[in-house]
Amino acid sequence: MLSLPLPGGIRRNPYSLVGDPHDRRKWRIAVRRQEQSRGGSAWLHESAREGQPLKVSMPANLFPMARLARHHILIAGGIGVTPIVSHARELARLGHSFEVHYAHRAPEFGVLVDELRQLAGGDVYCYVASRNEMLDFRQLLAERPLGTHAYLCGPQGMVENFHQVARDMGWPDTHVHSERFLAPPPGEAFAVKLARSGREVAVPGDQSMLEALEAAGAEPPFLCRGGACGQCETEVIACDSAFQHNDLFLSQPERDSGRKIMPCVSRIAGGCITINL
Amino acid sequence: MAIAFHDETFRNDYTYRNSDEGVRRFPFPFGQDEYMYSVNIEPHAGGAPGSVYEHAFDIDEHYVSECRDRAITLERDPGRCESLPHMIDAEWDVLELIMTSLARDYPDHFRLRQDGTHWHWINLPLGIEQSFVFGDAATLPYPPFEYITRQTQGDFVILDQRDGDLWADSGMITQQADWSLTFDVGMSFKEWHGPVPRAHEIGVFDRALKYLLMLQLGKPVRRLNWTMTVNPRLDTAPETYPEWGQDRASVTPDNVAKKVHLRVELQTLFRLPRSNGVLFSIRGYLASVGDLARYPRWGKRLHRVLRDLPQDLAEYKGLVRYKPTVVAWLSQQDDGAALEVGTHPE
Repeated sequence: MLSLPLPGGIRRNPYSLVGDPHDRRKWRIAVRRQEQSRGGSAWLHESAREGQPLKVSMPANLFPMARLARHHILIAGGIGVTPIVSHARELARLGHSFEVHYAHRAPEFGVLVDELRQLAGGDVYCYVASRNEMLDFRQLLAERPLGTHAYLCGPQGMVENFHQVARDMGWPDTHVHSERFLAPPPGEAFAVKLARSGREVAVPGDQSMLEALEAAGAEPPFLCRGGACGQCETEVIACDSAFQHNDLFLSQPERDSGRKIMPCVSRIAGGCITINL
Repeated sequence: MAIAFHDETFRNDYTYRNSDEGVRRFPFPFGQDEYMYSVNIEPHAGGAPGSVYEHAFDIDEHYVSECRDRAITLERDPGRCESLPHMIDAEWDVLELIMTSLARDYPDHFRLRQDGTHWHWINLPLGIEQSFVFGDAATLPYPPFEYITRQTQGDFVILDQRDGDLWADSGMITQQADWSLTFDVGMSFKEWHGPVPRAHEIGVFDRALKYLLMLQLGKPVRRLNWTMTVNPRLDTAPETYPEWGQDRASVTPDNVAKKVHLRVELQTLFRLPRSNGVLFSIRGYLASVGDLARYPRWGKRLHRVLRDLPQDLAEYKGLVRYKPTVVAWLSQQDDGAALEVGTHPE
């Protein structure tokens, strides 16, 4: 996660590491300039300067490899190639059996192809849309030996199609991988009213309700900060918006009651919530 | 600050003792008068100076003798350390995490020089100096996980994350509360927790597993667990049950305060960077009931927790035989006064 100092404020964007994980001196990312950039990729391409310090979070593995697989099929769509390169590097180092399928718009969009060929040799297959080459999941996933795992990183539609085809063909879900999200996504800004003190706290979109309460000097109870322990369970007195429960703790009837929320991971879709604190 | 390491034993003549400071920093686990399972996990992000939570891996006055006791157990039963072949990258992750943590947190005792893949490790308390190539197991006298955990207090399991589960695929287990690594290695999260009473029914393991699957690099977490042990013995494994099981019948009103120990596990979990595994560290602390009762709050609270402990939990923890003797002794220390919530000694 990179924190980018855009003119309108700090934007935190996640990028895939494509470098060698055994090189402790540097982290390497690849960023494609988006035509309709909300600022992140354009800023990195145009404004970022060599030597300029940027805040970086610890890396997170959202796309883990199955280490017991007998064969790995790596599939990249567009700039989704970045984590695929990292997997290819790791599999090559381990000497495991793997192949790479890389779909992109036109030859000039095939970034990192040379690197992939160095890692996977002849087992790199490119599908270039400008040449009318199409990647057919049905063909790709057919007649694979037991113990094969398939991984895809690409646009959302491609990911959904991939999972659908794999399921239709009888692949077990455990052998079909795409990027997953670790933390609940940020949401909309909303307001929290504290019933006991009458105070009101604003929760920005990129902050949790618990963090906002703490920043405002309230001292809500907490323990795990991940929605599992139940310590921060808070009574809801009123709410004029929809709940977004992301915790692992509340039962469905408790959620349905609209009387409880776990502020460490859950929030509401804008509006105002009044809690007994 | 240099730690004064004890020369003591955890078997035969049992010369293990806590210093006054050792008792004061004991991670007493009971904040309330009753005990029940919960997902009592919190961030492991440091703690008060001198506390067992201060550093990633706590090294204390028992370090040298504990490592010696581990070596004795491994000599008798090499199967206490196991690691499945696909865990080799996780083994190196663990070696790196422990070496860099100890060298950072205890510079008087441990030193690490890293020059690319050429590393030089110095462990002063154990008199070890080792040059090796990171990633090349042939340059170490033991496989990387065994090498570093022979030099660290506490037991360790490395969990492999796959198929939406955590698998206990490596372990260094020489001081366990009566469970067998040879039996559990390769099991999933709920399989190896199978024997725990009540916790499955109240959903503790469902929630804990989901939480741990999301564990992030650089954000380790911790919890406490506890049981009791007769004599300060580390090797209470099923494999050696004939050596220690009978000790449960040796507790008398005269020896209970010195013989029966509260055994607390500081369990910490760290996401590993390259393998995406999870290191599960089980760092045990032993204090005799008599030592704990020197702090009246702890004596009273331990009395109430044990007195009211549900029978199935007492059976699971192996306390049934001698618990009445412990409770009778502790009841003499308990005036029934209300205690404030919290685990602090005073």
